[in-house]
Amino acid sequence: MGNHSDGSPSHSGTVARAGQNEVEKFQDPGIPPHRLRLADTDPKAAKRAERQVALLFGISVVGTLIFLVAYFAIDLGAEDSSIGTIRLQNMLLGLGTAFAMLGIGTGIVHWAKALMPDHEVSEERHAIRYEEDRQAAVRIVDDIVEETGIKRRPLIRNTLLGAVALAPLPAVAIFGDLGPRPDNKLAHTLWAPQEGKLKRLARDPDGTPIKASDVTIGSAFHVIPEGLNDLHEGKLNEKAKAVVLLMRLDPASLNPSEGREDWGYNGIVAYSKICTHVGCPVALYEQQTHHLLCPCHQSTFDLTQECKVIFGPASRPLPQLPIAVDDEGYLVATSDFKEPVGPSYWERDMHERSVNS
Amino acid sequence: MSAASTAEPAFVAKTKTGRVTDFVDQRVGGSGILREFGRKVFPDHWSFMFGEVALYSFVILLLSGTFLTFFFDPSMAETHYDGSYVPLKGVEMSVAYSSSLDISFDIRGGLFMRQVHHWAALLFVASIAVHMLRVFFTGAFRKPREMNWVVGGVLLILAMAAGFTGYSLPDDLLSGNGLRIIDGVIKSIPVIGTYISFFLFGGEFPGTAVIGRLYMLHILLVPALILLMIVLHLFMVVVHKHTQYPGPGRNDNNVVGYPLGPVYAAKAGGFFFIVFGVLALMAGFFTINPIWNYGPYDPSPVSAGTQPDWYIGFVDGALRLMPGTFGDWQVEQTWLGFVFSFNVLLPALVPAGILFTVMFMYPWIERWVTKDDREHHVLDRPRNAPTRTAIGMAGFVWYCVMWAAAGSDLIATHFSVSLNDVTYWLRALFFIGPIIAFIVTKRVALALQRKDREIALHGRETGRIVRLPHGEFIEVHAPLDEYKRYKLVGFESPQVLPAVPNEHGVVTRKEKRRAFLSKWFFEDRVAPATPAELEAAHGHGHEAVEAPEAAKSLSH
Repeated sequence: MGNHSDGSPSHSGTVARAGQNEVEKFQDPGIPPHRLRLADTDPKAAKRAERQVALLFGISVVGTLIFLVAYFAIDLGAEDSSIGTIRLQNMLLGLGTAFAMLGIGTGIVHWAKALMPDHEVSEERHAIRYEEDRQAAVRIVDDIVEETGIKRRPLIRNTLLGAVALAPLPAVAIFGDLGPRPDNKLAHTLWAPQEGKLKRLARDPDGTPIKASDVTIGSAFHVIPEGLNDLHEGKLNEKAKAVVLLMRLDPASLNPSEGREDWGYNGIVAYSKICTHVGCPVALYEQQTHHLLCPCHQSTFDLTQECKVIFGPASRPLPQLPIAVDDEGYLVATSDFKEPVGPSYWERDMHERSVNS
Repeated sequence: MSAASTAEPAFVAKTKTGRVTDFVDQRVGGSGILREFGRKVFPDHWSFMFGEVALYSFVILLLSGTFLTFFFDPSMAETHYDGSYVPLKGVEMSVAYSSSLDISFDIRGGLFMRQVHHWAALLFVASIAVHMLRVFFTGAFRKPREMNWVVGGVLLILAMAAGFTGYSLPDDLLSGNGLRIIDGVIKSIPVIGTYISFFLFGGEFPGTAVIGRLYMLHILLVPALILLMIVLHLFMVVVHKHTQYPGPGRNDNNVVGYPLGPVYAAKAGGFFFIVFGVLALMAGFFTINPIWNYGPYDPSPVSAGTQPDWYIGFVDGALRLMPGTFGDWQVEQTWLGFVFSFNVLLPALVPAGILFTVMFMYPWIERWVTKDDREHHVLDRPRNAPTRTAIGMAGFVWYCVMWAAAGSDLIATHFSVSLNDVTYWLRALFFIGPIIAFIVTKRVALALQRKDREIALHGRETGRIVRLPHGEFIEVHAPLDEYKRYKLVGFESPQVLPAVPNEHGVVTRKEKRRAFLSKWFFEDRVAPATPAELEAAHGHGHEAVEAPEAAKSLSH
């Protein structure tokens, strides 16, 4: 039987074009005959549909009333009002609006489907463009160009092009004050000693300083620099760079690299909490494995390897904050971070070198 | 003038409505518009409603959003909360967050409007996406609608921009972390990244400027652009007239459907109220973005299991999938003293870039491969364009893998599996998922086409088993009527177009590439059944009775 085109790639090789093989194609039988609905033939069914539509519109009225009652009868300011009151009001407002809208919507659609004429009609499509129009348009454009004389006067054309090309520059330049120049702001945090005084490590958010003796093995502290809460301006900006995680491990499990031996104190170490990936707070500390996990993109850092990345999209270890104990027993930062904290940026490496020089 | 007055008396409206209408008509000429559009024919199909849902969601967004602007204060100044939500009383926060809490707790209906707005935003982006999938899989983007496809793509991007700028406004912990991530991504841009970040935030992150700036973008610039694009989009729909599904009586020269007035207008207008009603139901019963649970933005805390709104998910998921290190080798590189954060830059830009580039260019790619410059107003059933459908599914699966990756931690906790394993699997699927999807989809489409052929030639299975006098059992197949059959056979099946030499007699390299793609597209094809085949199929058996063996042999 006719099995010549069942999906096998080797066909006759001819190119199929519209209109080709017209004889071999099935002829379009035209729009199928219209079938009457129940409501078209049975007046009772039509009447029933009419009542259904009216009922749906009636439901809409009820919905509007529910909304108004819920809005005016429920008092949010009352003494005994609680989150439950708001929930109830919100639910009733939703229910009322839903009934009001769905009543109208389903009513109209039911009306259209059951009672309005449902004859499918066919309409001719028209050409989107007529050749005559195209030619006329071309002539008009030619005339316009000719009348401006722009082709004959290249001096005018070229100076105009130059002027128009330059004119938007002020529109770009005027946005120059959207923000200050970055300079090296990202390279410094609040941890830098002020007037020779080392910054104490304080609890986030209340700002009380932390004693080394408070930090037991296995514990972790969310830390901010002392004095952060006293800032009136730019507090969040500073906090976004300065937040630190403080943990105490068995000193034997830490393997400080050369030059970092004195950055911790008795197994107490402090690392920047801002992920080196895109800046989320690395807030999850897995005490057993000594891993720090960023909840945003799951970058995982190993505390025992100086917060080296062991999983996830971050590329750089978390920066370590060098700490020591002052004569009152409080933990202090001996210096600022030795590298910029947080996500990488174009000038980051330059900043790191300038911080260390 | 005098001719008009003498020839026939001037029209005088009889009713009051008529007089008002006539007054307007004489001044703006509405008659012509009504004559053109009053009975304009629109084809009807359930899948044409996705675009309507998008349009109506946008209207609802404008309505609910306007209400919210009356109460929202986009200031990042510090304040201490003094509203009626007890757990946050006295907490230091921005005015923006405080006013969002006031909208939720102290303004009657405020919470409802916030939730309507958020749900409508989610639905807006979703319906645009589904609408675009419908347009893609049915080939509605073909000439003359390529430009409207591009406008639709721009609308999708604008909808995501509107969503993200709005999501950030309440200045709660969750949205603040979202901005933090955006800041990190921006900073990874070579050369100008740090500057863009400082310019967006008015200095260091988070600063005190960004909410006000996003607010302006969210309530003015982005909606204005969306509105402009919607006008363009609908204008082109009118110019092109709507596409229609294939079927008896429908071809590229006509449009079959219901007249705008009254049926289509009633259905479409009624549908607006239905969309509104469903959104109201969702806003009434399902909490969305409970900002009071998150607290004000603070750069220090973050909660586990945080998710962006769904449409940002695929970018966030791509960020999660990209490994930052391979063993000890860092993906981030420092060259000539400058930092290239490929671990952020690549996942943030490349997948989205590929998706949108291919999406925007696809109509031109297919037009080039098929050399088809005709207008198409009759849609393809997806199975009748197997390679296109397979490409679409490959892209869709690729998107879904990235999207699922945005919830990798939730997948891990809900199914009690290792987070790392989920990530490893998704990394693998990122590469092989689209390939599997392509192969499976193409085979399924071809199989469905063969099934269509079988049904067209041998009729549908009736489930009636008949025992013949000599003991054989057969199932009776009922023949299709000519209308149903035409639906199965009335489609175009393009064939491979081999490379042809140009006017200089040279087969260019570009033409060779085109021919290769044409082969890749159309090599596997199932041609529509022809009358001769139907004749042959009926010739060897009884009319309307076919043995199952015969059906099997057809589909090898």
